[in-house]
Parts: sequence; structure tokens; C-alpha cells
Amino acid sequence: MAVDIVMPQMGESIFEGTITKWLKKPGDKVERDEPLFEISTDKVDAEIPSPSAGVLKEIKVGEGKTVPIQTVVGVIDAAGDGAGAAKAAAPAAVPAPKVAPPAKGAAPAPAAKPAAAPPPPQAARPSAPAPAAAASGPGAAAPSRPAGERIHSSPLVRRMAKEHNIDLAAIPGTGAGGRISKEDVEAYLAGGAQPSADAEASEPTAAEFAPPAPAPQRAAAPPPPPATSGGQTRVAFESAVPREKMYFGNYEVQPMSVMRQRIAEHMIASKHVSPHVYSVDEVDMTKVASLRAKSKDEFEKRYDTKLTFMPFFVKAAVAGLRAFPTMNASLDGTNVILHKEINIGIAVALDWGLIVPVIKNADEKNLLGVQRTLNDLAERARTKKLKPEEVQEGTFSITNPGVFGGLFGLPVISQPNVGILGLGAIEKRPVVINDSIAIRSMCYVTLSYDHRVVDGAIAHQFLHKVKETLENWSEPIL
Amino acid sequence: MADTNGSRAANAAKANGGPVTFLEAIKQAMFEEMDRDPAVVVIGEDVGVYGGAFKTSEGLLEHFGWERVIDTPISESAIIGAACGMSYLGLRPICEMQFIDFIACCFNQLTNFVAKGHYLWNAPAPIVVRGPSGGGVHGGPFHSANPEMYFVHTPGLKIIYPSTPYDAKGLLKAAVRDNNPVLFFEHKFLYRRIKEELPAEDYTVPIGKAAVRREGRHLTILSYAAMMHTSLEAADTLAKEGIEAEVIDLRTLLPLDEETILKSVKKTNKVLVVHEDTKTGGIAGEIAAILCEKAFGDLDGPLMRVTSLDTPVPYAPTLEDYFLPNAKKVFAAAKELARY
Repeated sequence: MAVDIVMPQMGESIFEGTITKWLKKPGDKVERDEPLFEISTDKVDAEIPSPSAGVLKEIKVGEGKTVPIQTVVGVIDAAGDGAGAAKAAAPAAVPAPKVAPPAKGAAPAPAAKPAAAPPPPQAARPSAPAPAAAASGPGAAAPSRPAGERIHSSPLVRRMAKEHNIDLAAIPGTGAGGRISKEDVEAYLAGGAQPSADAEASEPTAAEFAPPAPAPQRAAAPPPPPATSGGQTRVAFESAVPREKMYFGNYEVQPMSVMRQRIAEHMIASKHVSPHVYSVDEVDMTKVASLRAKSKDEFEKRYDTKLTFMPFFVKAAVAGLRAFPTMNASLDGTNVILHKEINIGIAVALDWGLIVPVIKNADEKNLLGVQRTLNDLAERARTKKLKPEEVQEGTFSITNPGVFGGLFGLPVISQPNVGILGLGAIEKRPVVINDSIAIRSMCYVTLSYDHRVVDGAIAHQFLHKVKETLENWSEPIL
Repeated sequence: MADTNGSRAANAAKANGGPVTFLEAIKQAMFEEMDRDPAVVVIGEDVGVYGGAFKTSEGLLEHFGWERVIDTPISESAIIGAACGMSYLGLRPICEMQFIDFIACCFNQLTNFVAKGHYLWNAPAPIVVRGPSGGGVHGGPFHSANPEMYFVHTPGLKIIYPSTPYDAKGLLKAAVRDNNPVLFFEHKFLYRRIKEELPAEDYTVPIGKAAVRREGRHLTILSYAAMMHTSLEAADTLAKEGIEAEVIDLRTLLPLDEETILKSVKKTNKVLVVHEDTKTGGIAGEIAAILCEKAFGDLDGPLMRVTSLDTPVPYAPTLEDYFLPNAKKVFAAAKELARY
């Protein structure tokens, strides 16, 4: 029995995903839940497990192509072992049970619901934010352009599409009036679209994003307007100066990865909707530092995981959020949504970008629990094994520019949070204590917050609570 | 024929080193061809005693004698008719139109008679009709014409419109040696404005071959004559903006060098045609049709054209400037096309 493999919905606000790599070839045997292909969306890069055991019969969507969620990307011949037979053809067929149920956005009928009133405030866990569902609802197969819209290209582009076997609908046009130009196709092809399942390194290193195909972009290269891959926020890619003025001397042009584009869009959107205010405080980390120094070897030996400073900050943030629940919120129109869970997103720097996996229910975990979760999430972020839901539903975030030596940073809020805590480097500094000068391990902490929801009074009290918790650390470490 | 010592023509016309103007290149070509082949004669208004309105035949009469350098009455029709008859009797006349605008007066002779000789009687007329053409020198509506397209539409003729002294000389010599009637347009704006070192030895430039004047990859600018220089100037500016235009000098309009054009289009996928001739019925339209027929799948943008306006050439200098294409207009169009 044939089982359709569909592009999963990798998050509430995601309408499409890019297949970066097929891990199996047609004819290969696959086990149920065995990694089948890799995708890249604005939230995560992930391996998608097979929905069924059997033999990969057909790949319908090649590497490098971006397709709407629920698009059938391949077919598995379920070889009669029945593992996934029931799911065949049903649009709700979900590759893995763990993936966010796409049925919400995909099933044509129920999707009408989002038009209804905003989620009742008491809904402890709103299943899917209305706006996102509304956007993805009506067109289960919503392509990157509005359905039925004519794709403008040129005779050459259509010929190239035919030769490379690519679907023009997947290529964003940057020519006059959104026309797909030769450069767009070249950029698309250069962007890793190797329709001939060419087994290349799957780790998108910086080099991989450099355009291999286009002619050497050196001596006054053509500035073909860069293509965005299906993004919705064009404003994220606007330039403040005429494009010609950027191309001079020798240079190299690196197309943005999907992730990079999504980060750009998210940052612009965040700065656009949230009036950011920044507060800075200074924390004496001497006590935590000495406790950590004393226990970290034993900790690692006992729990087989490294002890870093981060869980201390997470726990301190939790204490702050508990004391000041307005910091643990989202804003929906004129409703402030006070989240009952404390889910803390931690910014993880990757060679190819940035991702914010979320420690769910951080308030229910002890130091060890937080540390373990943290190490696990960070490790899987680096190996692209994060599941979509693991980057969702954060209620507050922490970022650590200090790890790269920064005195402090003023981060942009990760939406839909209303605050983000930035950690500076922990350094020994002379500090005045009781009119004498002492050497202490000091750390600047910053808070960026959305002034629509949070006022300075709350913010500073929150920061003070964080500071107090760290300076008077009481929770046992081992 | 041996060179006469102290001959003005010899001194003036022989290739003897140093850069020469377009005018001098024409003069050299005629002198050398007459020198090489006694069948070559020059016929036209004021070509003899006066040495030509632009002095292109200066000294020829003195050197080659009145039998081979023939002044005619003011009748272009008579010039072509006589030349055609001479050609049937074995001569190879070079006919001068004092201004090419007046070629209209011998339109019937050229299109109904000269052009059809080969087809009707297997008797092509090996004549060359040459003369100063083009605007930009405030010559007004009767002395600035680009009438090439009337004749490009006429099977049986060859049409040459060079842009450099080297090509002018080499192509004129090739035209004289060609057994078909050849119309040879000389853009008068170029006559004294450009100079070029020419080879001392005899050479010709093949008819029907375009020349790539500048290599590029973002778009192809097809042009000829004075506009070729305008296009090159625009290409320089385009390069500063990162747009590399390939500039092709058509040189011969009939037969058109499709091979070179198509090869370039395959590379750049975009074409801008720049000509000084007016827009409607200009060679750009013909090229557009050729590209549609033979290179549709190579096009990544519409063929665009920068041409003169569809009016007579104005006399007022400001109006003429407005009427003619210039580097700015070419630049703007090329930029738009590159971004298309």
C-alpha cells in the first residue's frame, strides 16, 4: 500500500518547508520513524522520520525545493507490513507522531474556525494562535504566491526550469513586478537545489551557502537582486542605499540561508511591533562562581552532564518571572496573555545561524533538570535534531552574548515574548563593599522589554529579583 | 598603375603611417582600389574638380584622370543609371551621393533595376553607392538622413554601415571587389571625429560579419555607425554600476550577421538595439523578429530599443539633440533591461 510522505507543518506560523536533503533513494528500504529527509524552515532544520515502514517508491519533491506544508513530497510502498497503511493518502498523515499536528492547518473545513473570536482567556493552552491558523487554513496547498496568480518569467527562465526540472512556483521572483529572472533561477540552483540527489555534506557550513554556480562575483558582478525564499516580510530585505552602491571593489555574494532570512524577518517584525526599552543591572556572581567551581567536577561525574552558569541564570529568571508575571506574557491586541507555564527559550548560536530552543516548564525543574534539558537541546540544535515543538511556546528568553566576551548586549525580543534577558561576560572586577575594595566576579545583565506591556518599574524589580537570587544562591547543586 | 612622383593624390591618399580619420580611410580605400584595378571608376557630383563635398575624392582626378573620375550633373538617377551601364560593360563604379539623403532620387534605379539584375539576368551590377549620412551635425531634415532601411528591405543589395576608419577602409575595399551592388553609408559625424592607425598593407574586412567591440555578460547592445560609439560610452558608465554590456557593431546590415548576434544573446539573454535611424521600421524591429524566431528560449527580457524619434531630423540644435539617441538614453534603457 502506498503511503504519502507529506511536508509536515513545522510550527504554527509556517506555511512551507525546504527539503534540504533526501536521506534515502527511491528503492531504499526504510523503517518506520527512520530519518527519511531533512528539511529547513524558518524555525528549525530537522530530520523527518518515515511515516511508515516499507520501500521509498518515489521522490516527488527534490532537494532544494520549497513546498507548502502538506504537499506530498514522496511515496512509500508500505510493503504490506501495515505499519502506516492507515495513514495513506489522508492529508492528516503525519510523518511522526511527535510533529505538531498539522491537521489543524490543513484540514479544509475545521480551519474555518480561526476566524472566530480570539481564544478565550482561560484557555490554558490555546491549541494554535488564531492568526497563524487563519493564514494557513484556507489553502492547504497555499504556495508562495497567491493561488492562481500567474507566474511571470521569461522564455529563458521557462526553458531553464524545464532543463533543471524545477517548479517555477517555488522560485521567488525579484525582477520587474516580481518576475522570475535568469538570476533568480541561478540563485535558486546555487542555493543548494541539486535535483539530482547528489550526496553532498548535509551540514550547511558557511561555505555551502556561498553560491557555487554563479560566475565569480568579483569584478563588478551583476547585482541581480537577491532572491528571498518565500518569505512574507519583504521589508526585512530592504536596503537603505541604492543597491549599486554596495557593490564595489572585490567581494563575494553569499545568498542568505532560509534560516538567516527568517531571522531577518523576525528581527524586523519584533522591532516593528515592540517598543524596546533596555535596562541594565550588575550581578555579583562570586558566590555562584565558587559554588560552581567547587561542584562542577563532581556534578559531571555524578550526572554525566556539564555544569555551566546558564542554569543558574535560568533559575534566577524563573524566580523573577514568578515574582513578576507580566514579564511572562504575550500581547494579543489589547489582551495581555499571562502564561501560566514558564518556558524559557535559550538562544543557541550555530555556525549557520541562531536558534532558540525552549526549556519547557523551567519552573518545575531543579538545577540538574534545567542543565540536562539545556545541554540536550543545545546539542540537538547543533546536530539539527530539534523537533519543531521544541522551538515553540517559549514565554521568555535568555541570550548570552557574554560567552563571546561581551560586556553586555541589548538583545531584540524574541516574539511573542515581552522580554529577553541578556547576559554579559563574568569577569573579576574591583567592587566597593562596605567601603572597601574587593575583587568580585561580576556580570552585567540586561533586560530588553516591550514597553507596551512592561514598565520600567516592573523591569527593574524583575532584574533586581534575578540579581538577588543569584547573589544569594540557596538551591543545592549536587 | 605606378605612383606618380609628387602626386598630391599619392601623398594625400596613400597609407603612409600615423592615425587617420574616417574621411582619410575612405579616400585611401578609393585610391588603393583604383590603383589596384583599372576597372574601378568614381562617379558623382563634384567628385572630380572639386574633390567631393567632403574632400573624399580629393586628388583622384589629378592622379587617375577624367575618364576614371567623372563629374555628373545634379541627377542621382543619372549617376546610378550610368554606373549600372558601366558595370555591365566591365567597370566597377563607385558612385558618390553628395548627401545620402538624395539616394531617394535614385530609389527606382536601385530597387527596381540594380538590385534585380542578378535575379533576372544573372547580371549583378558590381557598383558601390556611397555617401555621407546621419545626423548630429545640425544638417537639418535634408542632410542628416539614415535611409538604410529602405534598402535593407530590398533583396539583391548589400548594405554596409561602418563605425571606424579601419572598417570603413576595409569594407569599402571589400565592397568594390564584391560582384553585387553594395550601398555604403558613411556617418558624417564620424568623418573627422575619430582617428585610427591603419595597416600599411592591403586588407579588406569581410562583408556580413559583425564585430564584438566590448565583451559583457548582462546584456547585449547591438548597434552600428555613430551609435556604436554612443553605445560604448554608455557601456563604460554601465560598467561602473556593475552592469557589463556586450557591445556588438553590426557593420553590415544586409546580410545581417545572425550568428554573432545569436551567440551573444545565448550568453547575455537580453538585447538592446541602438540605432540612429528612426524607430518604426528600423533594424531593431527586424532583429526582434529574428530573435523571436531563432532565440526565443534564450530571452530573459524584452528586446528594447533606443532610436531616434519618428520624425524628420529637426534643424534646431536643441531639437536635434532631443531627437537623437545619446549615451544617457542608452544607459537608462540598458539599466532598465538589466534589471528586468
